[in-house]
Amino acid sequence: MRRYIVGRLLLMIPTLVGVAILTFVIMRAVPGDIVALKYAGSPVPQSVIDEERQLLGLDKPLWEQFVVWMGDIARFDLGTSLWTGNSVVDEIQVRFPLSLELAFLATLLAIAIALPLGVLAAVRQDSWVDYAIRVFSIGGLAMPSFWIGILMILTTLTLWGWAPPLVFTPFTEDPVANLAQLILPAIAVGYRYSAVSMRMTRSTVLEVLREDYVRTARAKGLRETVVVMRHALRNALLPVVTVISLEFAFLIGGLVVTEQVFNLNGIGKLLVDAVAHRDYTLIQAIVLLLAAVFVLINFLVDMVYVVLDPRIRYS
Amino acid sequence: MVLVFNRQIAAFSVALALVFAACTPAPKTGAPTQSGSAAEQPQPGGTLTFIVNAEPPSFDGHRETTFALLHPIAPHYSTLYKFDPNDLSKIVPDVAAAMPEISADKLTYTIKLRTDVKFHDGTQMTSEDILATYQKIIFPPTGVLSPRAGTYSAVQSISAPSADTVAFKMKYASASFGTNLASPWNFIYSAAKLKQDIKFYEKNIMGTGPFAYVSNTKGQDWVGKKNASYFAKDKNGVQLPYLDGYKALIITDATAGVNAIRSKQAMIEFRGFTPQQRDTLSSALGTSLAIQEGPWVCVNYIVANSKKAPFNDVRVRRALSLAVDRYAGGDALSKITIVKDVGGLLRPKSAFAMSDADLQKIKGFSRDGAAAKEEAKKLLADAGVPNLSFKFLNRNITTPYEPVALFIIDQWSKVGIKATHDPKETSAYQGDFRSGNFEVGLDFNCQEFDEPDLQLQKFLSASKGGAGLNFAGYDDPKLDGLIDAQSREQDPAKRLTLVGDIERYAMDEMAYQYPVLWWARIVPYLNIVRGWKIGSNHYYNQQLETVWLAQK
Amino acid sequence: MTDLARHAPAEADDIARQRFMESTGNRRFWRFWRDFLTQRPLGTAGAVLIILMLLAAAFAGLIAPYEKAVEINFADLLLPPSPDHILGTDHLGRDVFVRIVYGSRTALLVGFTASFVGCTLGLVLGVVGAYFGGRADQLIQRLMDVLISFPLIVIAIAVVAALGTGEDKIGNVIAAITVPIIPRVARVVRSSALSIVNMPYIEATRSVGSGAVRIMFRHVVPNVFAPYLIMLTAFLAQAILLEASLSFLGLGVFEPTPSWGLMLRGAGTQFLEQAPWIAIAPGVAISLAVFGFNLFGDSLRDALDPRLRTA
Repeated sequence: MRRYIVGRLLLMIPTLVGVAILTFVIMRAVPGDIVALKYAGSPVPQSVIDEERQLLGLDKPLWEQFVVWMGDIARFDLGTSLWTGNSVVDEIQVRFPLSLELAFLATLLAIAIALPLGVLAAVRQDSWVDYAIRVFSIGGLAMPSFWIGILMILTTLTLWGWAPPLVFTPFTEDPVANLAQLILPAIAVGYRYSAVSMRMTRSTVLEVLREDYVRTARAKGLRETVVVMRHALRNALLPVVTVISLEFAFLIGGLVVTEQVFNLNGIGKLLVDAVAHRDYTLIQAIVLLLAAVFVLINFLVDMVYVVLDPRIRYS
Repeated sequence: MVLVFNRQIAAFSVALALVFAACTPAPKTGAPTQSGSAAEQPQPGGTLTFIVNAEPPSFDGHRETTFALLHPIAPHYSTLYKFDPNDLSKIVPDVAAAMPEISADKLTYTIKLRTDVKFHDGTQMTSEDILATYQKIIFPPTGVLSPRAGTYSAVQSISAPSADTVAFKMKYASASFGTNLASPWNFIYSAAKLKQDIKFYEKNIMGTGPFAYVSNTKGQDWVGKKNASYFAKDKNGVQLPYLDGYKALIITDATAGVNAIRSKQAMIEFRGFTPQQRDTLSSALGTSLAIQEGPWVCVNYIVANSKKAPFNDVRVRRALSLAVDRYAGGDALSKITIVKDVGGLLRPKSAFAMSDADLQKIKGFSRDGAAAKEEAKKLLADAGVPNLSFKFLNRNITTPYEPVALFIIDQWSKVGIKATHDPKETSAYQGDFRSGNFEVGLDFNCQEFDEPDLQLQKFLSASKGGAGLNFAGYDDPKLDGLIDAQSREQDPAKRLTLVGDIERYAMDEMAYQYPVLWWARIVPYLNIVRGWKIGSNHYYNQQLETVWLAQK
Repeated sequence: MTDLARHAPAEADDIARQRFMESTGNRRFWRFWRDFLTQRPLGTAGAVLIILMLLAAAFAGLIAPYEKAVEINFADLLLPPSPDHILGTDHLGRDVFVRIVYGSRTALLVGFTASFVGCTLGLVLGVVGAYFGGRADQLIQRLMDVLISFPLIVIAIAVVAALGTGEDKIGNVIAAITVPIIPRVARVVRSSALSIVNMPYIEATRSVGSGAVRIMFRHVVPNVFAPYLIMLTAFLAQAILLEASLSFLGLGVFEPTPSWGLMLRGAGTQFLEQAPWIAIAPGVAISLAVFGFNLFGDSLRDALDPRLRTA
């Protein structure tokens, strides 16, 4: 078991190194650079452009830039943003809590919607209840979340002249202001997210309901709700937890469009801006961070499996 | 953005008069409500909330070129001179005590300074600070970037003869120098801070302006508060600024910006909105919205890469211009985006713009669009490319690049040209232009005001004065000579003629590059905002010291 | 991206495979679909939506020539829906309905190609990894890990920015959407295939002297075909949605190509109040298309997996 865990942890390293190399290569292959962008439309002499590239270290050969970057990473130094000159950690620190909280809220919403509906749909399989729930949930998959977002803002604006606040307030400071900003985007994202989890809940509950021990429980004369709650749901929980946590891992980096529509100062928007600016160090750091979160959550999910499901043994 | 081109040799006063006659925008109020009339008594207090579309790179105005720096940061600083916020056609002293004294040979500018100016940390501003500031701008030490340094190449040296006097010694008489002292970028910095760390101002704020720095949350907002010991008072002797403070919200998405004003979370966005965004706000907010509109010294160009066949053939380049019916385009596009007027290289109706009759004679600018299209077809056939097809490089931005490009492509299709729209992100777009990796592209030219030297810089030879601006890629000594000659011409009437010759030569005879439609600036805002006037660009008039809020 | 890719129940695959294999016999095939259509109203509804979309794409030319979808017509700017323009016109005077119809081509082209190429590459990598095991498998797995933990948006921006976009470059958008599909499919296929390659009969086939390629094609691939098919429909829907999102962000298809996502961008949102028809129609079109594929895919999965069938 310990060997398995250590092995899994070690496996993260090549993955992250691979992500680092891929990011580096991809971004340098993309045309355009930060200095040309900065002075677009300005009669700036070539000498200034050359000088600035030199200041930013962009004049060095690519392999050298890569080696320097990897060396810094190995010392846990993520570097400074080429655009603002601030430390990359500072840039990310401001945005990360927002994206994290939004992902968290969306997850809560998704669970609150998905679990009861999924179970209900499974229990009433192929009835109109099942159909209605599935249509509702696939609707969440089908409508682009940015579209839902735009329509929601338009609705609140038209009805009450209100739009979510534009400035992030930490939950601990003022929960009302915090939620006022994040609840609409959380719904826009959570709805879609709930569809994914609802389908998973439905199909696992369906599977469990056909298991022998559930039949036995029924035969013993237990009430249907007890059967469902005690046996079906509990056993169906594991795959659902998996979906939810993996989706969560994707979510943090996947909020780009929603953050754009709601003008949220999150990590997704930062990434898009960084790419538009060709802010290499910042892009590399964010991608690495997102990949690390993803890999880590994957790892934790596997561990949860090991702990919760006695049938699984890793050697 | 450069304020004034550096090779001008004309008398300071003459140039100023011309420039300001030319650049006076005609603000018009399109809203049902009129924003603050002059007679109103400004009310002190309140916090102005405004929108900025991007995040400033560093905080140092001397090294950056984006308006995203000016809007949140300019209120912290003063400059030597500035555009009068009450009358944008005038330059008035800021920390200077009076207009400069210019020696008879026009080689020495002596400037008296105010003695009541204090930095936000309480230290007194002296001529040493001006000296250090302008040394950094004009003669940056290695490792310090000053993209506009070239604008001041006429300056030989700067000195501070006394604590309240600075003097600029020129190598040659420069007409544009005086105006450049009002550049909104030239924030006055503290000599002591610069001495400590020449890059101090990249990450810190410490000026003499009407507002002191409070806080800044990256990607989100920028907050300033009233500088109680600001030196200036209004004409009634009331201490400026009127506002208690301001908050700049960083909102990159245009629709989110409209929503912010509509939900009254922001009061104004100084750069501008599109007609439909204005209409959305106007119908939602009714009388609580005010609108200022005016011309914008910005224009899109069609640029053909004259180093590539068949665009090295002037007939082809002329055909590309002839095919575009600009008048029809202007009528329709002005309803959906921020372009409007047809004009030559100088903004229509500005002092150096050519008359409508003359403009009509230039290929592509005649009102008879059908005849022009026939001529275009004939030229293409003559050049041996009746079914010309190419990629049309564009900037991946909706307003106004996308509709303007689609309009041009559609016009071209009517003469048998198949142009494929090729929009790219700004950095890649700029990269392609600079490296000549394009066939035909939609370029832009935005300047601080209507000044031939500024507008024509783009037409100088690509390997010389036009480097980084002239993407058509040609070298034309004759055109260089013409541009130089108009810049030395003292007589406005003669200069007008010279500029007209250049326009005919560059747009018609050689057809190197030519404007499509001039932009129009539209600023809708909550009408509680008073004391701000729209200018012909979004760079200057952003100190906000005269802005106030009409709170009931 | 989607739940299916990561969570198609591997253990259920052999049963699903059986059923699917059964369904390929001619008569059984028809019976399968007859049952599907009669017993699964949602799946049928999905199929109807898909067929409608296919018809629109195939017969777009009968509705209006392509020029109508791209040509600017300033005389008809921002007209509300009327008998002449049943969904109104946009900010450049183009008929919204015609653009929706031609937009279905873009959506289907991107959706089908990205999903097919992505799923097939994933299938190949998954099967090869499972079959050979060892170093090759490790290498493929690590590569897939890298790809899956790489944010989609960076891939999209990189592909689009590096290779360019525009009317003739739709392939780049497809590539950007294909890349993230590959590792997700490869993972599921690999775990399904692992249960097959360890079966005794495969060992037997190998000892008889069958080549690796032959075994993979003959025995492994058919056995992972059911999850492959299910993922194909799921990713088709995802790809259509992704194309819309990328185009909305300005990283996808470009004007004047008719694309639903593009119709929501810029003008679509700017004119939302003065001319809501410009943006409502494409929003509905995207939703219906994705809805159709998802309904169909879901029901197909239920039909193929006996454990999910009505007791």
